[in-house]
Amino acid sequence: MKKNKSVLLSAPYILWMLAFTLIPLGVVGYYALTDPETHVFSLGNLKELGMYLPVLGQSAMYSLVSALICLLLGYPVAYYIAHRGPVAQKILYMLVMLPMCMSFLLRTLAWVGLLQDTGIINNILEAIGIGRLQLIRTPGAVILGMVYNYLPYMILPLYATLVKLDHRLIEAAEDLGCTPAKTFVKVILPLSVPGIFSGITMVFVPAVSTFYISQKLGGTDTVLIGDLIERLFKQGDNPNLGAALSLVLMLLVFICTGIMNGFGADEEGGVIV
Amino acid sequence: MSKELIRLQDLTMEFDGERILDSINLYINDHEFLTLLGPSGCGKTTTLRIIGGFLNPTSGTVTFDGETINDVPPYKRQINTVFQRYALFPHLNVFDNIAFGLRVAKLPREEVTERVNRMLEVVSLKGYGHRHINSLSGGQQQRVAIARALVNEPKVLLLDEPLGALDLRLRKDMQIELKRIQQAMGITFVYVTHDQEEALSMSDTVVVMDKGRIQQIGRPEDIYNEPKNAFVADFIGESNILDGVMLSDYKVRFFGRTFQCVDKGFAPNESVDVVIRPEDIDIVAPEEGHLVGVVTGVTFKGLNYDIIVEFKGFKWLIQTTDFHGEGSTIGIRLNPEDIHIMHKSEYSGMFGDYSSYSAEYDELTEDAEDEEE
Repeated sequence: MKKNKSVLLSAPYILWMLAFTLIPLGVVGYYALTDPETHVFSLGNLKELGMYLPVLGQSAMYSLVSALICLLLGYPVAYYIAHRGPVAQKILYMLVMLPMCMSFLLRTLAWVGLLQDTGIINNILEAIGIGRLQLIRTPGAVILGMVYNYLPYMILPLYATLVKLDHRLIEAAEDLGCTPAKTFVKVILPLSVPGIFSGITMVFVPAVSTFYISQKLGGTDTVLIGDLIERLFKQGDNPNLGAALSLVLMLLVFICTGIMNGFGADEEGGVIV
Repeated sequence: MSKELIRLQDLTMEFDGERILDSINLYINDHEFLTLLGPSGCGKTTTLRIIGGFLNPTSGTVTFDGETINDVPPYKRQINTVFQRYALFPHLNVFDNIAFGLRVAKLPREEVTERVNRMLEVVSLKGYGHRHINSLSGGQQQRVAIARALVNEPKVLLLDEPLGALDLRLRKDMQIELKRIQQAMGITFVYVTHDQEEALSMSDTVVVMDKGRIQQIGRPEDIYNEPKNAFVADFIGESNILDGVMLSDYKVRFFGRTFQCVDKGFAPNESVDVVIRPEDIDIVAPEEGHLVGVVTGVTFKGLNYDIIVEFKGFKWLIQTTDFHGEGSTIGIRLNPEDIHIMHKSEYSGMFGDYSSYSAEYDELTEDAEDEEE
């Protein structure tokens, strides 16, 4: 009786997953493993992927760099929020969340307005005599876009870890002779490892598959894997190759999260219990 | 005993305009086992945290070995702390937890290993070095916390209700163990507890605190036998506290009768609080008694019975090994040394009446205290 009920309650979600995740995934798999012309089984698409390896590597690189910059920027912010009073914490938490309430597309377009050759920043630079700089269509602009868009995903898990950190552990470290700097290195940092890993994953995964940011802020040399997939489906008209590329990207993401979870899990037990 | 090590002078602490500590004056001798005893919120933990350097007093000075250390941060003090609920590092194993302080001090590796291993033996945890902190029982974690502090050979060890989370049996064993370690290593212990029995059995000196003020300082025997006011009398053990009038030296009148006592030095006809410990009262046949009362409640306590006896509308607690059933009439005799006289204080009339006594009530308040801070 009870079992029936739980099946009934989970049915909508299971149906949803079936209709909009598993079946499409099967379709992707089908396309990836069939020939674009003859529609028969073929590994031809996978063979062609070799030439896209540099793009894959570039995507991973950009995402990793963004994740690390997010970590450097986000950690002090998370630490600061976690050490405020309860009311201030709520307000600051909201402020971190606030940009996420606005459309991702709008936020990226706003950067275009800021960075473009006749944009606000360049106008100011011109006015104060520095002159216009090449800001948009650079790797830096793409990374800036990624960092800006995904920073909250870094701050939130870090905050969640740091706010749980028992303050008496910090006192214990000071009691045992640690200066504040040593306390950070020997106690606070090791105990925030789960938050660091989950933050890096949360930034890396969406960043590695993004296409909008690189299209709007990047140049011709900053093509990312997401752009490539989009192009193959829309312009190149080779959905089979696009599907194969998507599968590889998915695999890459799975491997990355797997590694991160593995690292995090070791430490996690120590934090939760 | 020996020379003074720590002195707290006119210590005052305020949080948000609320006075937590009110002119605390206290000195602690080298090698002393001193206990700060009081109910939750009395300021004992705050006092300890000020000594440890985790709080800065609103006013007053803390001196250590003759030097003022108000502005010395915790990591520069020759003091270590055993925290309430241990605060062990969850990312380190037992060995690394204990070695923490020595490694911070950059001691040679061999010395660290040797001292940690020796300390593991002292706290009976030999062979546990590689165990994860979370795989240890409460008693074992407790001992790791003590080892982690003691291995640094501090001049002073601060202990904040270290046994609070342990069950009764383990607590008794650890009390003996702690006392043994303290004597063996010759370290000054400043111990915080709300458990009066713990305080009396372990300490050289007991400091009874309430409402941010020191109520009494003394040896355990003195605190128990000569409580200074109704609060101390009630908090340390059980007490029947009655209104009386000191007629002259050695003569006190209460319940319409004059009793001989051993106290003197009060003003003629000064009204006083009279303390009578429940275990000091002799039960006799009604016709032989100084006072005659009716038993209104009996609780079996194992070692003895707690009986509530009504005398002229005032209920007393009497501890006796003989059974007296509810409703029976008994007489009591009071010897002069069983009667303790105290000056009236702000606590007069608040304690020592067992009219609302029940065994259950006692346990409830104890539970509430466990939730402290």
